[in-house]
Amino acid sequence: MTDFWILLTGSLVAACCAILGVFLVLRKMALVGDAISHSVLPGIAIAFLLSGTRDSAFMLIGAAVLGLVTVFLIQLFHQSGVQSDASIGIVFTALFAVGVILISLNARQVDLDLDCVLYGEIAYTHWNTISLLGIDTIPKAVWMLGFTLLLITAVIFLFYKQFKLCAFDPALAAAVGIPVALFHYLLMGLVSMATVSSFESVGAILVVGMLIIPPATAYLLTEKLGVMIGLSVVTGIVSTFIGYYAAVVLDASIAGCMVTAALALFVLAFLFSPSQGVIARYVSRRKAALRHTAS
Amino acid sequence: MHNPLTVNGLSAAYQKKPVLDNVSFQVNGGELIGIIGPNGAGKSTLIKTILGLIPRLSGEVTVFGKPYSSQRKLIGYVPQRESVDWDFPTNALDVVLMGRYGRLGWFRRPGLDDKRLAMECLAKVGMADYAGRQISQLSGGQQQRVFLARALAQDARLYLMDEPFAGVDAATEKAIITLLQELKKQEKTVIVVHHDLSTVKEYFDSVLLLNVTLQAYGPTETVFTAANLNRTYGGRLGFLERLGHMDPFSAEGR
Repeated sequence: MTDFWILLTGSLVAACCAILGVFLVLRKMALVGDAISHSVLPGIAIAFLLSGTRDSAFMLIGAAVLGLVTVFLIQLFHQSGVQSDASIGIVFTALFAVGVILISLNARQVDLDLDCVLYGEIAYTHWNTISLLGIDTIPKAVWMLGFTLLLITAVIFLFYKQFKLCAFDPALAAAVGIPVALFHYLLMGLVSMATVSSFESVGAILVVGMLIIPPATAYLLTEKLGVMIGLSVVTGIVSTFIGYYAAVVLDASIAGCMVTAALALFVLAFLFSPSQGVIARYVSRRKAALRHTAS
Repeated sequence: MHNPLTVNGLSAAYQKKPVLDNVSFQVNGGELIGIIGPNGAGKSTLIKTILGLIPRLSGEVTVFGKPYSSQRKLIGYVPQRESVDWDFPTNALDVVLMGRYGRLGWFRRPGLDDKRLAMECLAKVGMADYAGRQISQLSGGQQQRVFLARALAQDARLYLMDEPFAGVDAATEKAIITLLQELKKQEKTVIVVHHDLSTVKEYFDSVLLLNVTLQAYGPTETVFTAANLNRTYGGRLGFLERLGHMDPFSAEGR
């Protein structure tokens, strides 16, 4: 049963991150995803201190708020003339540091482990079950991730055309009356929720890998946005399975192995993608050169 | 009958540097209008400010007698080609369909009718055979035609185009100008940011000369003169003299 829960948790993390990651990658905002995953830390800590529990609902709200604050601050600094990469660096490290201080100050009273926040421990998630809807065998992380995935799927499905146009051509989107800023913050709020739902399993650092690597892999393999989202989810889940069994064999960190597996899949796509892979390009260049010399 | 576009005292700035200062003009229906001026004169900014993409510091914009925000469906917009990422995973038909999004409201998706219309628009710019082509595999001129087809799909009465002729081949330039003339025949109004002074007299009914402030505006024959151009391009006379033998100066001899 342990295997099942770990694989299910990992797959849910992969699916949540893979869907949102596609839009981050296409909008060239991969680093903003990185920033959010770090700066939700004070949100988690504050929600925990205020509520006194590790209640998921408080954490989700706290993280979503901090995620939006992060994006808002990054934009504020950028608009006031700070370079955009510098403002990302300033905001997320500063907020992350505040989170570290908050947690370390209260480490004795609270049962919130910094290592766990940073690196996650997916192997323990299935011990932490919660009774909901009369069922008490389902781990809390699965409830939380399941809810987040449902929300992400619903929002992206309903507003697919808006997210697509905002990613491709925000100027036209604004000109035809789509509230571009609203969808920007909606996406960022969802990224924050996905991050905080995932952090107990894979940690605040490795979650970035799940946000960016599977979409980057899918980007190399297709030329349709819908297919890219699907492939991204599949790659993420396959990485979860490969990573888990590799971790069992090696007796190593599960989350670390999952992200490494995602990287391995990316490298495969990078080399062998039929349209954009290194080898396909080499072959088509050779063919063109041969045609050239023959003629 | 209201004018398609009335701009009154429009000003805009980036940070603290003014890029548009107190610009006023009124556009007549069914005309092709060229916006001309040196680099940094605020030509794109003017279009973007009219569309509400850049906040205006002061001034008023009305479209067919009402504020822009209630008239979005009457306006078609062609941004600069470089403003989007052509590696985006999508094909030509899909980009044209995006022109319909504004009419679909919050939840509706493009349907069969929208697809049929998008195909017709692609055919009008001579790109019907490329409907399923990934956009990164189109040439610059083909990409520009896809953008024009998308604006046609918006089915507007007033079109704002940001440098549609920039970096396109001769065939595309001809296709675009034919299309603009067809729009004009349908009583539509088209405002075009334009760079090539040698084609101004051939293409446009009216010109608007801009360099932060409005320099001159009116029918091409009366406004597109050496004196007005000298003032608009002030300090870049060398550039004008190079062009001298071509067009603007010869206008005076007649």
